Amino acid sequence: MDLFEYQARDLFEAHGVPVLPAEVVTDPADAAAAAERIGAASGGVVVVKAQVKTGGRGKAGGVKLAKSPQQATEAAQQILGMDIKGHTVGTVMIAQGAKIAEEYYFSLLLDRSNRTLLAMCSKEGGMDIEQLAEERPDALARVPVDPLVGIDQATAERIVAEAGFTADQDQIAEVLTTLWGVYRDEDATLVEVNPLVKTEDGQILALDAKVTLDDNARFRHPGHESLVDTAATDPLEARAQDKGLNYVKLDGNVGIIGNGAGLVMSTLDVVAYAGQDLGEVDGQLARPANFLDIGGGASAQVMADGLDVILTDEQVSSVFVNVFGGITACDAVANGIVQALQILGDEASKPLVVRLDGNNVEEGRRILQEAGHPLVTLVDTMDGAARKAAELAVNAPAS
Amino acid sequence: MAIFLDNDSTVIVQGMTGAEGRKHTQRMLHSGTRVVGGVTPGKGGQSVDFEDDVQLPVFGSVTEAVEATGANVTVIFVPAKFTKAAVVEAVDAAIPLAVVITEGIPVKDTAEFFRYAEDAGTTRVIGPNCPGLISPGQSNAGIIPADITSAGRIGLVSKSGTLTYQMMYELRDFGFSTCVGIGGDPVIGTTHIDCLEAFEKDPDTDAIVMIGEIGGDAEERAAAYIKEHVSKPVVGYVAGFTAPEGKTMGHAGAIVSGSSGTAEAKKQALEAAGVKVGKTPSGTAELMREVMERVSR
Repeated sequence: MDLFEYQARDLFEAHGVPVLPAEVVTDPADAAAAAERIGAASGGVVVVKAQVKTGGRGKAGGVKLAKSPQQATEAAQQILGMDIKGHTVGTVMIAQGAKIAEEYYFSLLLDRSNRTLLAMCSKEGGMDIEQLAEERPDALARVPVDPLVGIDQATAERIVAEAGFTADQDQIAEVLTTLWGVYRDEDATLVEVNPLVKTEDGQILALDAKVTLDDNARFRHPGHESLVDTAATDPLEARAQDKGLNYVKLDGNVGIIGNGAGLVMSTLDVVAYAGQDLGEVDGQLARPANFLDIGGGASAQVMADGLDVILTDEQVSSVFVNVFGGITACDAVANGIVQALQILGDEASKPLVVRLDGNNVEEGRRILQEAGHPLVTLVDTMDGAARKAAELAVNAPAS
Repeated sequence: MAIFLDNDSTVIVQGMTGAEGRKHTQRMLHSGTRVVGGVTPGKGGQSVDFEDDVQLPVFGSVTEAVEATGANVTVIFVPAKFTKAAVVEAVDAAIPLAVVITEGIPVKDTAEFFRYAEDAGTTRVIGPNCPGLISPGQSNAGIIPADITSAGRIGLVSKSGTLTYQMMYELRDFGFSTCVGIGGDPVIGTTHIDCLEAFEKDPDTDAIVMIGEIGGDAEERAAAYIKEHVSKPVVGYVAGFTAPEGKTMGHAGAIVSGSSGTAEAKKQALEAAGVKVGKTPSGTAELMREVMERVSR
């Protein structure tokens, strides 16, 4: 889960990372009062920052300096509701202004390739770090961090040295160890500060905060639940989540259910290819409508829950159920489908193409044939079934 | 021969007294695996009954289990919050192979136990979040269905469980030396490269199927490795061409971040290394069929 800047800033503050005072507002009417409180110690100067989970907000006009409460209100008015790369701004953070002398960069992240952690640090912050890494790789220190050790004093000193700092080393190293605390104690997979700054009066401050938390670690962080941006969650994804389903909403018309993440990803691809082969029919192209992995078990109730979510998607015109019977054999899966359709009753209103393969496949197919549900078409191969589901999706009469 | 797992493998199950552990221990026994005991802290001295009058002892620690049984493989089914401790215990017992089936493990825990195992140098970790591995006709460590395929001379390495099963089933007439499900998490103990290296050395493997998916750069690295070090024919498949950027597709590691981790980049890297990449799972099986017909001629 990616956090908003203000949420990450709060985590920083809780772990002793030096940050500036800030408040968030969602209504421009509250901006002036917030600016008055926050700006009291900075000559009335505040920065109004759009809270969006995407980069490039500065360029998009989502960050504005305000020198008075009046200006803060105006800035909040301009920024709230703004669209930044498809993200609508619903919250702004009003942060105290700072007199910046130097800008640095720091991040700590999971290095999948090397199966360890990686700290990246540069004396040149504030700019796009991917650009820096590409144009001037020497300016970006990359220091592997042992996950069993973390950023202890020695590692922090090494990072600071490799980034080429020649002043304030101790102070910066200390900030890095507090950032490690955030990473370790919150089960983060990314902690990024861009920029980390030195102010004119010599303080080292995290002026921005970006944190990604590991969803798998939620069980030991009950507080992280409150950081979930429920407003931005797709309603179908929320519905699926309530039922404990692994679902991702996409933008097509062929609903997909399968067992196993890899098989489902593969199913999406095969449906997309079938749609392309078929071409546009009456201006419509068959494309996958979702990712839904019902797992190895594929019980009747899980199948019914999955179908329920998919059939709620108004964009869906046909459904492709693609199951490989391994641990749960095909006869059990077929019974699950039959029962799921009984559970759903009239709610099952769209054609279903079913492909079963694996253990007891003949018995599974026989069960579905005997049930003879009018909406169900059995196809033997994955490619053939994808083709059939694609055809049904684009030929479906408009309802 | 085979890789990592063969007739000489004796298996213990960490978490055998739990529902999943018990169910899959029974399945492993059915497929002929020499399962010799289980480990559940606090339940040492108990035993668990299985079909056909099989009774397996439960030990309180991996070290005790290894001392009593001489086991050289552990299969781990314990819940995510206890998995790190379970792997650390397996490494402390210096058991050569630890297969971690559990999913939903915090990646920090995995990074830690992987490093711990690396530092110790005694234990190969497979997984987590994987179906395990099977050398058909010899041994089966994990949850892979044994009855969908046969013994043969194809090696298989895959991030995905069900795509592994699909491929095992489609190529069941040729059969497999070993099929390894390495798992779909961001950090895993055994990589595509580790398996490619072992298959290349295995005299009983003629050709290799490699299944990848979006996220990370493991497939690109594997492609570079194949180009340099693998002389046996490799056929590949990559899932997730239509996955949107920034969305996790089921597996914690299956995510396209910005322009990195795309299926297209992986396919191109593999093809540049001379690997034939199938467009669909059945297309991939077809490519392997052609390879095997050529090899066995």
